[in-house]
Amino acid sequence: MKKSNISKERIQYLKKCRNYKLTVSIIQVLILICFIGLWEISTRYGLINPFIFSSPSRIINTFLTMAKSGVIFTHIWITLGETFLSFFLIVISGIGIAILLWMFKGLSDCLEPYLIVLNSLPKSALAPMIIVMLGNNMKAIIVTAISVAIFGMIINIYTGFLEIDKDKIMLIQTLGGTRKDILIKLILPGSKKIILSNMKVNIGLCLVGVIIGEFLAANKGLGYLIIYGSQVFKMSYVAMSIVILCIISTLLYKLVDILEKILS
Amino acid sequence: MNPLLSLRNITYSYNTKKAEIKAIENISLDLYPGSFTSIVGPSGCGKSTLLSLISGLIAPQSGELLINGRKPEKINTHIGYMLQRDNLLDWRTIYGNVTLGLEINHIKDKEYYLWVDEMLKEYGLYSFRNAHPSQLSGGMRQRAALIRTLALKPDLLLLDEPFSALDYQTRLEVADDIYSIIKEQNKTAILVTHDISEAISMGDRVVVLSHRPALIKRIFEINLSIPNRTPFTSRQAPEFAGYFNSIWEELQ
Repeated sequence: MKKSNISKERIQYLKKCRNYKLTVSIIQVLILICFIGLWEISTRYGLINPFIFSSPSRIINTFLTMAKSGVIFTHIWITLGETFLSFFLIVISGIGIAILLWMFKGLSDCLEPYLIVLNSLPKSALAPMIIVMLGNNMKAIIVTAISVAIFGMIINIYTGFLEIDKDKIMLIQTLGGTRKDILIKLILPGSKKIILSNMKVNIGLCLVGVIIGEFLAANKGLGYLIIYGSQVFKMSYVAMSIVILCIISTLLYKLVDILEKILS
Repeated sequence: MNPLLSLRNITYSYNTKKAEIKAIENISLDLYPGSFTSIVGPSGCGKSTLLSLISGLIAPQSGELLINGRKPEKINTHIGYMLQRDNLLDWRTIYGNVTLGLEINHIKDKEYYLWVDEMLKEYGLYSFRNAHPSQLSGGMRQRAALIRTLALKPDLLLLDEPFSALDYQTRLEVADDIYSIIKEQNKTAILVTHDISEAISMGDRVVVLSHRPALIKRIFEINLSIPNRTPFTSRQAPEFAGYFNSIWEELQ
């Protein structure tokens, strides 16, 4: 297209769109800078107690010290590893159980009330019991993380399966398809979107579960670092771990987001 | 000539929690190879149930259904069923959609795939074979659905209001297309519709069903004084209005 084909109004409109987007980005960055700046200044001038609230400079110093000895990376890797492992297990078993429920309607009818109760139960309440049963180890943390996300995953995917058009099921049948064909050719590919969007929610829930688990049963990991820091009043440990968790959760979300885009 | 399909005193009722609903009662009908039978009836009279019975999706409670003089075993690929909507799967290409039946039936025979290619070329979809259904117009989608049905080389085609989801103009075009495809390949077809004009314009006979439970009220043999009739030209036949009125009265 020639440039002269674009009307003046359209150029103005596009400019307006661009400007708006730019303004939003600038304000977003400004909010962060102001927050960090205010935090730093108010602790320096004694407006809030740096011993309790820590401060950006203390957090950076703590991080640098711990990075030098490498100990912080051990904590990060442990938490990340546990999150990925539990996420992997949740995706596999969530889809697997949803398929079983779809294959056996009786099974899903019988289990329905239990799934609903387990899904609405605050899973942090289960964590202490899991840890007593499985011991103070990584296994307990993984199971805690799984318990946080698995029930919602099963219910959502199963509901997605049921929402597949009945007409399309009939189509497969008229083409001579069996129930296996319906599952493989229709239900699973047709639920790809729902499965992927659930994965996006669940990677975050896994991190929640891992941190809950680490609060109760760990001697490594960011959750452990937070509890340890609060117990010995090293609030910089706590604040630093939270900042790292912010970054990790954003990155994990982005990772699944990219995965979603590649797959669809 | 022996009938391709015979229905002998077919009866079928649905069971719901509230009641048992008799959908079809005592229907007997013979279909000869190459014929085109339209079935009209008031909505909800059990027309679609009749097609489900013929296709083998459900079994009649009493009566007998014979294909080529024999009782069919389960769903068989001698019968092609075209549903109301095209039901193309969004995540498959047009080619993936039209070969779905071959895939499900594990047909590897090259001859079938050449046949699909031939149909795609003939019906103007070959250049769209790698496109996704959302990129096609309603008429093209319906043609793709027909190719999907024909890919399995059925002897008998069941058409369950296949044009009802299309707008009027497309509907007339697609009806012409599909009619010519069916005639060209000399298939036997049953069209279920609630549109009287459509029934007359396509069928060489029109079966009128009653309210539920559906039983055959009357069968009209359609003889139009139009050479090489198509659904569109049939509508201009001098006899058309007469048939329309008789069927209309029969439906009251």
